[in-house]
Amino acid sequence: MTRRPLILALLDGKGAVFLGVLAALAVLVPLSNLLLPEASPLHVPTYAVSLLGKYLSYALLALALDLVWGYCGILSLGHGAFFALGGYAMGMYLMRQIGPRGVYGHPVLPDFMVFLNWQELPWYWHGFDMFPFAALMVLAVPGLLAFVFGWFAFRSRVTGVYLSIITQAMTFALMLAFFRNDMGLGGNNGLTDFKDILGFPVQAQATRVALFVATVTALALGYLVARYMVTSTYGKVLVAIRDAESRARFLGYRVEHYKLVAFTVSAMMAGVAGALYVPQVGIINPSEFSPANSIEAVVWVAVGGRGTLVGAALGAVVVNTAKSWLTGALPELWLFALGALFIIVTLYLPKGIVGTLAEWRDKRRATISAKPAEVAAGAAE
Amino acid sequence: MTNAALTNTVLYLDGVSVTFDGFRALNKLSLAIAPGEMRAIIGPNGAGKTTMMDIITGKTRPDEGEVFFGGMIDLTMLDEAEIATLGIGRKFQKPTVFESHTVADNIRLALAGERSPFSALFGARNRIPEERIDAVLSTVRLTEHRERLAADLSHGQKQWLEIGMLLAQDPKLLLVDEPVAGMTDAETAETAHLLKAIAREHSVIVVEHDMAFVRELGCKVTVLHEGSVLAEGSIDAVSANERVIEVYLGR
Repeated sequence: MTRRPLILALLDGKGAVFLGVLAALAVLVPLSNLLLPEASPLHVPTYAVSLLGKYLSYALLALALDLVWGYCGILSLGHGAFFALGGYAMGMYLMRQIGPRGVYGHPVLPDFMVFLNWQELPWYWHGFDMFPFAALMVLAVPGLLAFVFGWFAFRSRVTGVYLSIITQAMTFALMLAFFRNDMGLGGNNGLTDFKDILGFPVQAQATRVALFVATVTALALGYLVARYMVTSTYGKVLVAIRDAESRARFLGYRVEHYKLVAFTVSAMMAGVAGALYVPQVGIINPSEFSPANSIEAVVWVAVGGRGTLVGAALGAVVVNTAKSWLTGALPELWLFALGALFIIVTLYLPKGIVGTLAEWRDKRRATISAKPAEVAAGAAE
Repeated sequence: MTNAALTNTVLYLDGVSVTFDGFRALNKLSLAIAPGEMRAIIGPNGAGKTTMMDIITGKTRPDEGEVFFGGMIDLTMLDEAEIATLGIGRKFQKPTVFESHTVADNIRLALAGERSPFSALFGARNRIPEERIDAVLSTVRLTEHRERLAADLSHGQKQWLEIGMLLAQDPKLLLVDEPVAGMTDAETAETAHLLKAIAREHSVIVVEHDMAFVRELGCKVTVLHEGSVLAEGSIDAVSANERVIEVYLGR
């Protein structure tokens, strides 16, 4: 086998299409928003840019979940926790950026702390006035939690539904903790009223477009990282563990180390997704930890097609577009629709959208390649 | 047992007992396998054959007794991955291969070498020479199925693939659990041939029910019953043994 350049080895057909679409979005959406007049039918309004940015941050969360669920069989029902932690790290930076411009005008303390009569900044808020530190925490906090959680869970060989349940318990426990005012993270109101990011006003049109481009870029990079992992031998071992864990163990693989690497990298990706989500929606509160959010992310991956990466991202965008439309048109129906969607996909599209399309394509190819053989056989007779 | 005798074994079990919820699966089991030896283990259901394999491969810890590999390594202190790396390969009763990988990739993952995640992500694990895969595939006669998915193989072919994966590990000792269960007669004969070829360079323990197959292997036989050794010797000697007949035929 000849060695191809890394980028080519990483891109199969659907990967190339995926990155092509992302590149087109990164160029066309900003151009249309900034240059076309608002009356033009091709103009993308600023609210839509942020909405799409939100979907794409969800897509990055779905990608992260697919890495552990699709390739290693770890059904995490708590990935929303890593997303929310990344979001809180970004939220803390944005709060510190407000400075003395809060309602109470305190030079350092965020409004909610002044309201609670706090006298000084809790220790864990220090450093968040610096963007590089906050960016590091976006990766480090979810990564560390996943590492510690995974270390104990995988070493104790907790698998399958038990693992799913404890991941769910983890995000639920965090939600309860973040609801408390004494956590010093804004209690049930969370963090909001952001003003600036890196010195630019968060609400400004140009900032929103820049955040959108940053999200598209992060999604593309996340895809390349995940794709590199799953195409390397590491990815083959992950799939081997998914298919026959004890076989992998008896071949001498340290299954817990392999799972830990995937779980930690995935949690960091989810953290980045959360950090990009927060400035675009303008708020982070404890409901982001709610178990239902994590389960919804699992539905996105299932709908798009697990174990395909591209499918996970597609599923997130498709389901959330449907959600935005349906919660506008018939809000009381959304949860039923989500449940029905999950059942339909499980029963009729177990490989999801992308998996099913790939199957059709393979079948077509098989019949096309079979035909010349028939012709040749006919000619020989 | 003297130290000299101990160091002359590839595997040495002495007085191994293990109890599950009051059920004594192994009862003071003692067994010694010489380097390069092939040994067949037979016994009725519940005799402790699979539990013995679990003990040797680190899946189960014994309540008491000693298990030594190569005369000096205490296996009761190690886990599955460490024991596999030392050179003990195990084939399961039900063929267990990586179904969504190709035959070649199954062998690729099994081949001896670095096994850390780092090596698999960036290192030597990604540069396995194809010739090493081909060599194993030709031994287990799966060369023409190289690029097929393991899931699409027949039952017998999966058994051979798993044996091939064991060989690729380059173990000093192979534990083979019921290799011909569910095989056709032709496949059984071929498997016997294959195992005999493997036994020329490795120590092999075969657990099997099929007496005709054990006869074909032509090696020393150990009969287990209720967790300990009932009889040991050639197949003719053990099948003439009064107590063995009693246990098997339930007289």
